Amino acid sequence: MTTRAPSEVDYADIQGLVRFGYKRMTKARYELLRVKSVAAARSWLLSAPVSSAVAVEPPPRTALHIAFTAPGLRALGISESVIEGFSHEFRAGMTTEYRARQLGDVGNNAHEYWQWGGPGHGPHLLVMFFGEPSEFDAHVKSATDGTWREAFDVVHSLSADLDAIEPFGFADGISQPEIDWTQQRQTPTTQLDYTNVTALGEVLLGYRNEYGKITDRPLLGPDAASAGLPAAQDAPDKKDLGRNGTYLVMRQLQQDVRKFWQFVHEQADGDSAKAEKLAAAMVGRERDGKPLVPAQSEPIIGIESKPEPVRVNQFTFDSDTSGVRCPFGSHIRRVNPRNFDFSERPAGLLKKLLVALGFGPKYFRYDLMSSVRFHRILRRGRKYGPPLTPEEALAPPPNEPERGLHFMCLNASISRQFEFVQNAWIVNSKFSGMTGESDPLLGNREPIPGCPVTSDFNMPQEGGLRRRVSGLPQFVTVRGGAYYFLPSLRALRYLAGGA
Amino acid sequence: MNASPGIVDPHNALVPFGRFATLHFARFVIFADQTTEDIGVYGLPAREYSLYLAFLGDVDGSETAFLRWLVGAASDGLRKLFSCCEGFGPDSNLSDWMRQHRARPVANYVNTRGRTVRQIHEEAVLRKLLESYTATTSGQLQGQSPRAIHDTLRKFARDEVSAGRLDLTAAARTPPMWWIRNMLHLIGMPLLLLLASPFLIAILPFYLIVLRYKEKTDPVVAPTVDQNYSDDLALLEDHDVTNQFSAIGSLKPGIVRLLTIYGVLLAIDYAARHIARPGRLGRIRTIHFAHWSFVAGSQRMMFCSNYDGSVDSYMDDFINKTAFGLNASFGNGIGYPTTNWLIKDGCKDERNYKEYLRRHTIPTQVWYKAYPGLTAVDLERNTRIRQGIESPAMSDQQVREWLALL
Repeated sequence: MTTRAPSEVDYADIQGLVRFGYKRMTKARYELLRVKSVAAARSWLLSAPVSSAVAVEPPPRTALHIAFTAPGLRALGISESVIEGFSHEFRAGMTTEYRARQLGDVGNNAHEYWQWGGPGHGPHLLVMFFGEPSEFDAHVKSATDGTWREAFDVVHSLSADLDAIEPFGFADGISQPEIDWTQQRQTPTTQLDYTNVTALGEVLLGYRNEYGKITDRPLLGPDAASAGLPAAQDAPDKKDLGRNGTYLVMRQLQQDVRKFWQFVHEQADGDSAKAEKLAAAMVGRERDGKPLVPAQSEPIIGIESKPEPVRVNQFTFDSDTSGVRCPFGSHIRRVNPRNFDFSERPAGLLKKLLVALGFGPKYFRYDLMSSVRFHRILRRGRKYGPPLTPEEALAPPPNEPERGLHFMCLNASISRQFEFVQNAWIVNSKFSGMTGESDPLLGNREPIPGCPVTSDFNMPQEGGLRRRVSGLPQFVTVRGGAYYFLPSLRALRYLAGGA
Repeated sequence: MNASPGIVDPHNALVPFGRFATLHFARFVIFADQTTEDIGVYGLPAREYSLYLAFLGDVDGSETAFLRWLVGAASDGLRKLFSCCEGFGPDSNLSDWMRQHRARPVANYVNTRGRTVRQIHEEAVLRKLLESYTATTSGQLQGQSPRAIHDTLRKFARDEVSAGRLDLTAAARTPPMWWIRNMLHLIGMPLLLLLASPFLIAILPFYLIVLRYKEKTDPVVAPTVDQNYSDDLALLEDHDVTNQFSAIGSLKPGIVRLLTIYGVLLAIDYAARHIARPGRLGRIRTIHFAHWSFVAGSQRMMFCSNYDGSVDSYMDDFINKTAFGLNASFGNGIGYPTTNWLIKDGCKDERNYKEYLRRHTIPTQVWYKAYPGLTAVDLERNTRIRQGIESPAMSDQQVREWLALL
């Protein structure tokens, strides 16, 4: 038996971004910085008003968050023995040569075209400002006065707005996992239903994850510098630098809204209703968020039983095993297949044993996908650039600033969560037993050895041949990205040398 | 032999793999084992092992015939490669030497027995032809009934065969000797087990006591893998939809572990050969071929496989889909995460398991696959498509399921 030591969550030690999406703080700025002066940087970091995850009434109108890349930790003088405790992905960074293949950062997405984050000139740290429009400018100004200018070089400055509609025009941010903050839920050995709840250790370091194990993270020997850090739950003689922190993945995704709507209109021979239908098939939802499969009557754990969440989120793909309603390759089916540990519910122990030994059902698509509960991410993305409605998008492109999404997600294991979803589900042209297509929105359409075509999109049809759309152009281009560590407030003080 | 790191030149001057029409996968791998000192956790000194070079190939038909062909066509290249090995000189007879140094795997997994390279290529062509045909005639086909579409496509395939654009070679007859040997193995193994059962039952309680004691006391050795080592491995990965995997490690000391691994691997081999459903290793459908072998003696083992997708998803599949099989075999290696009754826990300790496996992974210097871009699931689909093309009578339900594959 694994003992479940009670470990109350100390919200005051967690950066608020983990708990809150800051819906009212519609304005945001992300400053990508390099350390110019270590002493000034430390001093700024120690005095920065970083927001915690404590819920207060009335809610604050501004927020500030800080995260570091591995080179950033080095720049602050953190020793290599400490950095070694972080995960391989974080230490190696997003832009290694092999990772480009895994994440689809090739062709137009290649690092050499990135606006920021490319190899060798990546940022050291990320400072995120959030605020309600009326407070925003003053908030940024007060934090970037004085030592800020002495401490940092600004590599890149990104503005982002929060909007429930993403640039292509679809409702966004609907499917978010519900975090088990109270840790009352026993992590199941096998889960036979899709649930929307995820273990705290999937989004925060130092807690139990979906395997029931405390996540890997840097543990330090006790000394004067680490005295302010909590003791590790599973190794009381060690200090826990990771606890209450997590990894933050950031990617700037440029969206070609005109190309998207013009392409679907062209495919629909100019018929707007048909174009809407094709666009919805590619996303898996209509523009207002309604999924292409019907909501189910049974509740799903972790999804509120209010009308709106039920309408947009209370569904699985169990009712559409042939992909006729929502194509297998549609975006929402790739990023969250809403499955569980088995492909079907094996009744009884004997059935389970037979399935485990490979004697499950024989049909082609059986058991092709990994269970989603090990691959959830908490998204915190915001869009950028001037809005453009689908109707406006049909006009030929004038010279205009780019628009897109500053994708951001939080996860305790970059490799098992973000990278897995990106690699095995989004980029993979062999997803779910298919071939020749990648994510209809995010795919880079680059050929892979033996498969010259990855730009198809297939829609299974009831009792007939699937309908195929060929030659999807690239709609989304990666313009930058990095892996960050979002420390706890205590870890932040440690990293800033303020023991 | 590589065009660039991780990408073989199939027509390289040393061993032009692409010329051997019966060869599915091949690799040259140097057993650079960085874990030989792990035995120190048992208070034992590290052994000095020779450095081995292995050549692995998965071939259709008889091994002797393949070797003859290989030696005939790549003699100079193989001589050059093997001249790096002790005991191979200019006077050595290449085929004799290769036969003498052959190491038979203890357990072997083949995704689909009997599916030849030729069949794979032919079925891939069939799928491509059907795909472009349905794309150009979708207007006509759309209104037709599933059965009518099936008939049309069957006729199309027949015409393509007559026109010489498509081959659908009938499976060659299985040699009678193979059948006989297979039957003997099928019956012989359980018979041996039956004969040995009085003895096995008698020692079972003692075995379990010792095993449980060992499980509880065997140390875990899973330090964080050196980043450079891991990065170097990654440079060779993800060039194709399929990846190679080579791992080496020492067995835990003692006769109990040796007998356990032997028994487990014989069971895996038997199940993979006679019982498993084609295309499935437990619940995993992404493995083309896998082998477990001893490395010169009985102290070390190697595991080599060819799997689809990234190494991380491969490891996740092992944890989530066939933990029991993995634990029962790899659990006998020094440092593996603690198992419970041989098949439980173990790799469920995700962090330790992944570091353990990565640390035991060795770079595969040269790796060849005869059908780039095709996954094991692709091969299964293509075979199912071909079966449908060759089936004049299918039920309505079968026809609909078949159409969904196209």
